[in-house]
Amino acid sequence: MRAALRDAFLSAAIALGLFAPLVGLVLDNGDQGLVLRGRPIAAAVLVAMVFFGRLGMHLWADRPGKEARAVKRGLVVPTGANRFLAPALLAFAVLLPLTGSRYYVDLGTLVLTYVMLGWGLNIVVGLAGLLDLGYVAFYAVGAYSYALLAETFGLGFWTCLPLAGILAAFWGVLLGFPVLRLRGDYLAIVTLAFGEIIRVVLINWVAVTHGPNGITDIPRPTLFGLRFSMDGGEGTVAGFFDIEPETIQRVVFLYYLILALALLTNWVTIRLRRMPLGRAWEALREDEIACRSLGIDVTNTKLTAFAIGAMFGGFAGAFFATRQAFISPESFTFIESATVLAIVVLGGLGSQLGVALAALVMVGGLEMLRDLLSTLGEQMGSELFSGLAGDLPTYRMLIFGLALVVMMVLRPRGLVSGRTPTAVL
Amino acid sequence: MFVTRLAPVRPDVFARPVRTEGVEALAYALQQLINGVTLGMIYGLIAVGYTMVYGIIGMINFAHGDIFMVGAFLSLISLLGLASLGITAVPLALALTLLFAAGLAALYGWTVERVAYRPLRGSFRLAPLISAIGMSIVLQNFVQVGQGARVKPMNALLPGGIELMNEGDFAVQLSWMQIAIVATTLIVLTAFTWLVTRTPLGRSMRACEQDLKMAGLLGIDTDRTISLTFVIGAALAAVAGLLFLLYYGVIDFFIGFLAGVKAFTAAVLGGIGSLPGAVLGGLLIGLIEVFWSAYFSVEYKDVAAFAVLILVLIFRPSGILGRAEVEKV
Repeated sequence: MRAALRDAFLSAAIALGLFAPLVGLVLDNGDQGLVLRGRPIAAAVLVAMVFFGRLGMHLWADRPGKEARAVKRGLVVPTGANRFLAPALLAFAVLLPLTGSRYYVDLGTLVLTYVMLGWGLNIVVGLAGLLDLGYVAFYAVGAYSYALLAETFGLGFWTCLPLAGILAAFWGVLLGFPVLRLRGDYLAIVTLAFGEIIRVVLINWVAVTHGPNGITDIPRPTLFGLRFSMDGGEGTVAGFFDIEPETIQRVVFLYYLILALALLTNWVTIRLRRMPLGRAWEALREDEIACRSLGIDVTNTKLTAFAIGAMFGGFAGAFFATRQAFISPESFTFIESATVLAIVVLGGLGSQLGVALAALVMVGGLEMLRDLLSTLGEQMGSELFSGLAGDLPTYRMLIFGLALVVMMVLRPRGLVSGRTPTAVL
Repeated sequence: MFVTRLAPVRPDVFARPVRTEGVEALAYALQQLINGVTLGMIYGLIAVGYTMVYGIIGMINFAHGDIFMVGAFLSLISLLGLASLGITAVPLALALTLLFAAGLAALYGWTVERVAYRPLRGSFRLAPLISAIGMSIVLQNFVQVGQGARVKPMNALLPGGIELMNEGDFAVQLSWMQIAIVATTLIVLTAFTWLVTRTPLGRSMRACEQDLKMAGLLGIDTDRTISLTFVIGAALAAVAGLLFLLYYGVIDFFIGFLAGVKAFTAAVLGGIGSLPGAVLGGLLIGLIEVFWSAYFSVEYKDVAAFAVLILVLIFRPSGILGRAEVEKV
């Protein structure tokens, strides 16, 4: 107990050093330049949180009967749940539009976009063990490919979708070829740099990309050539099926489109994992030198993972462009890459179900929380709730960052242990 | 949106038309050389932190650039605090700020290592990298939440300078600030070199760098040495943060990202693991960036630095002064 108290005091002292200047003092942009403002209470609260948190940790670790329990430290979601959880989630996803609520369908589309990106990145990070920090670049390549092809050549969504995927995969190979021979950490920083290069080029190459203004009026997708249009005339979905034209029809169509794309990603991944290529990826993740000595072409194997991951990123990008009908470099910042990476890591590097759950919680959950807070703020006229709703995006990244660290320290294999060996001897 | 923010607040240097003839061309190039060396010193200071950590535990400390950013914020807070306490003598204020920022940033560096990296020693390959990225995101958003997202401007502390050459309508300026930056960097790097080559701590650091396991077997407290490496690296980054603040006069929570990637490029260019290489690489990256902005385009100056990184990795991954890496099983 005394040792615990001493340690807690020590931690609190360190926390005081960390938080007193950066939280306790704040630089305010005033009219006459910067002013320094004191904020002692916020700093004190943080220090107290560290003190009691540390104390609590010690007491928890020293509780009686710890040894007996230590062995049982199992998984949050037992592996057996995979069998029921995955079909249940799928059924839920398929039935969601039946609620008829535009809000939920829109939110579902957003979550599914991240699920798809997560599954795409999962091939690169989770299966092949290559840390790609610039995944958003391929998303951007896909989105801009579609937007520019549609704008310049008047091509439709269904022609451009495969083209966007191929172009993104091409970029993946182009980037991967020189750097994949290097150590893993170099790859991380080069992909990070590549993501930035793409964004800087998108901003500055105004003649082609329209720079920071982005591209507007990107055509919407069609259903077998039928447009989703409000006039209900010839050649539109409403006209063909002889129903009232409504916006929700297009929203639901987009929802099923991304659901199908995401499921395609999932299906391809599952199939690939059972093929020699997928086995090689997982072997590569575990031990590169052993792979090489067993005759696996390491560079080619990595390149395929990179290209396939990039291709799905490109598909998702094309979908993003057609859904928003507007894209600009703003949508493709490092934050997006970090979000997708956080989803993959939280899902447990390599687990398909885990990625879906993580996207549901981290994107859908936080989005719903924000909407809940802002409606509460409006209805109750409470400054606190609306303020919190406004700050949530900033806190969201803070939570993502913390989650990455905490996950690596406590549960590096993820919340859902999906890394069941594909080959059992 | 963030890239443009990093553009220097003295756009006049870059906005002038390129001189191609006679003495003026020489003067213009000389001015760029001065600017490049100044910027390169700052990158070099950050790069030392990357290279030290990489040398000892073989990981890229992604959060290092953000420690630099924290150092810049601590410096600004300290300068404002000292001004409100009535300490306005520039040398004294700068010296106190240097100590304050370096000390507290060192505490940040120590905490980051203790919380996010030490528990992961011996974990699987990607774990420390992911943890480091998480830490970088945490530091960035912590400062954003704590200090606000708006850019923080500061008045120039040391205006004026020496006019070295005056050719026609182009004057070569060596500002007091640039002299102060180069002088501070040289002093700090000398002290650091002494620390690494002449003290027991430096000896254990070099031993850990050669062979961590063996050093541990021979009685060196490796955990302590690694911690101190992070502490020293963070202190140097904080000095760089102070110099960056003085040079550009404006900071925000995002400066650590680009500066970090560029300093890492510098470390790789010089040969990662090599301390003189880090400083040399920093100087080269600073010069490349400034000359690229001056003669080609300001918009693509970050692309130039990243392109250098990719080219170095393809053609000479061991860098200028580095040793080729041999992976043993």
